[in-house]
Amino acid sequence: MSLQVDDLRVYYRTLKGDVKALDGVSFSMEDGEILGLAGESGCGKTTLGKSLIRMDGRMRHIGGTVELDGRELPIGDDRRMNDFRFREVSLIPQYSMSAMNPTRKIGRMVRELLRSRGATLDLDELESRLSLVELPHAVLDRYPIELSGGMKQRMVMVISTLLDPSLLIADEVTSALDVSTQKAVARALIGFRDAGFVKSMIFVTHDLALTSHIADTIMVMYAGKLAEKAPATAIVKKPRHPYTKLLLDSLPEVGVRYTDKRLAGIAGSPPSLLDPPAGCRFRDRCPIAGEECAQEPPMAEIEPNHFVACWKA
Amino acid sequence: MRRYFGRKLLVYGLTFFVAVTVNWMIPRFMPGDPVSSMVARTGASNPAAAETMRVYYTNLFGFDQPLWKQYVNFWAALFQGDFGISIWVFPTPVSEVILGAVPYTLGLMIPSVLLSWVVGNWFGAYAARRKVLDNTLLPVGYVLTAMPYMWLAVLLAWGLGVVAGWFPVAGGYSFSMQPSWSWDFILDLLHHWVLPFSSLFLVALGGWAIGMRNMIIYELESDYSNYLAALGAPQRLIRRYAFRNAVLPQITGLALQLGVLVAGALVTEIVFSYPGLGSLILKAIQNQDFFLLQGAFLFIVLGVLIANFIIDIVYVVVDPRTRAGMAGAAA
Repeated sequence: MSLQVDDLRVYYRTLKGDVKALDGVSFSMEDGEILGLAGESGCGKTTLGKSLIRMDGRMRHIGGTVELDGRELPIGDDRRMNDFRFREVSLIPQYSMSAMNPTRKIGRMVRELLRSRGATLDLDELESRLSLVELPHAVLDRYPIELSGGMKQRMVMVISTLLDPSLLIADEVTSALDVSTQKAVARALIGFRDAGFVKSMIFVTHDLALTSHIADTIMVMYAGKLAEKAPATAIVKKPRHPYTKLLLDSLPEVGVRYTDKRLAGIAGSPPSLLDPPAGCRFRDRCPIAGEECAQEPPMAEIEPNHFVACWKA
Repeated sequence: MRRYFGRKLLVYGLTFFVAVTVNWMIPRFMPGDPVSSMVARTGASNPAAAETMRVYYTNLFGFDQPLWKQYVNFWAALFQGDFGISIWVFPTPVSEVILGAVPYTLGLMIPSVLLSWVVGNWFGAYAARRKVLDNTLLPVGYVLTAMPYMWLAVLLAWGLGVVAGWFPVAGGYSFSMQPSWSWDFILDLLHHWVLPFSSLFLVALGGWAIGMRNMIIYELESDYSNYLAALGAPQRLIRRYAFRNAVLPQITGLALQLGVLVAGALVTEIVFSYPGLGSLILKAIQNQDFFLLQGAFLFIVLGVLIANFIIDIVYVVVDPRTRAGMAGAAA
């Protein structure tokens, strides 16, 4: 078991009160697993990803534990967490296009970064990894401005995984790329896992279609809580949570003309996490909600490795 | 690279041409007649004698020629290094008068501009994101930068000069001394230099410190800083990168501020009766000395243009993006 998250609660401190962006999330990941994390904007995906590596100034660790390879991560303690960053947990950020210092040549930046973490640069290893993502070795002598968006993205992927972290968080890495590049990036990520550069990976995205191609397991979040977690095929073929079903229904299908039939979305929007409603948080938008939904549904394993938090599942 | 500097030089050349033309026009279209004031100064009561003198001076300074011819002559003389003859200290050549004043102005300007920039940047970068410093010393920076140069100069002259009596309040050196390369004179020179230097230094310091502080905070919020922090890079490395990138706009700021700084230095010189270009310009205006005024302005324009050109070169050296842009990006 590589990652074990237990009842994790992370709130945003605001003037109006705490925004409960992550409200009791529990899950675990196996070695070598790629976990796709899906959901609408504002459901807590990015908060979960950030919590595991570096919280920003407004985030507060309220409760719960995170264990990686048997060691507890001090996620609320920015300073102690530094020992784990890069070596144990690493990040491919949402903003890869601007993640590199614009006034340093990439090679020099990598060397300085590694030295600051007490590691030495293995140039052969770095170059072989560049080849793996089809980047010419000459990029190390270039400034970030001289690279295209896709090249920067791949360069950041290589940098982030240089110290072979146990867990890699890929946060919306494909959202700024065109479809063909998206596929290349997804393939490269799987390649990194297969080559053992990273043990396991959390792939945060709002693109369910892409996730189902690369993830082993998909976890759907809604309003700061888990809705459903199951193997990728099970999520796509036999979703049990009404939210997952509606998410899948709102994807466009190939061969259907949407001039005749309007593409269905999910009516309404997620509740405010400043003061979330009691009971099931999806109740207001759920087509099959009933009396029992006033009580909060527990996460239940209805089939092996298929967890759903819904009374009606 | 060559095209970039070629274009820059062309722009500077044009600026120089326009500045010199305006410079030539201003004193000539100013109200007042220098020749009649010169004649009046001699006190000639005989109208015939006064008329002869008027004709003589008008002829000497070339005022009898049509304006366009005066303009052409002016450019021709300029390229021979001839700025004309001063009316105020007739018959000393303007270039001689100005060259006597330029070292004082440069001695005041260069250290105050460079030191305030370096110290201000360093201090602003240090104070950014350090609560106590940010809350105590930066408001002082705001007060300093909001002060007019001459006002701070007057305060310093009054406080440290008149009341405390530590520093002399006027002149470049004591009246009892003759300029020479002796230690006594150099010490005396420094003693007189301290107050005008401090007033220029302090006002500029506040502005640079505040600018740098804001830039550093912006850079520390930027994506590359966040990425480095997420990979556990120490604050030292992140701040070093942030400083390096935040300095770039400060260099541009220096280029933009140069004109203001020069103006500030001129006014400060007048407050302290410091024998630099500022005091010279005041004298030239009071005496309607066209040629001296023209010459002084010309020196200032040249100085600002040269300084700007140096900053352009420095910028190309420190910002790789401008260089990459010139070479054309490789795919």
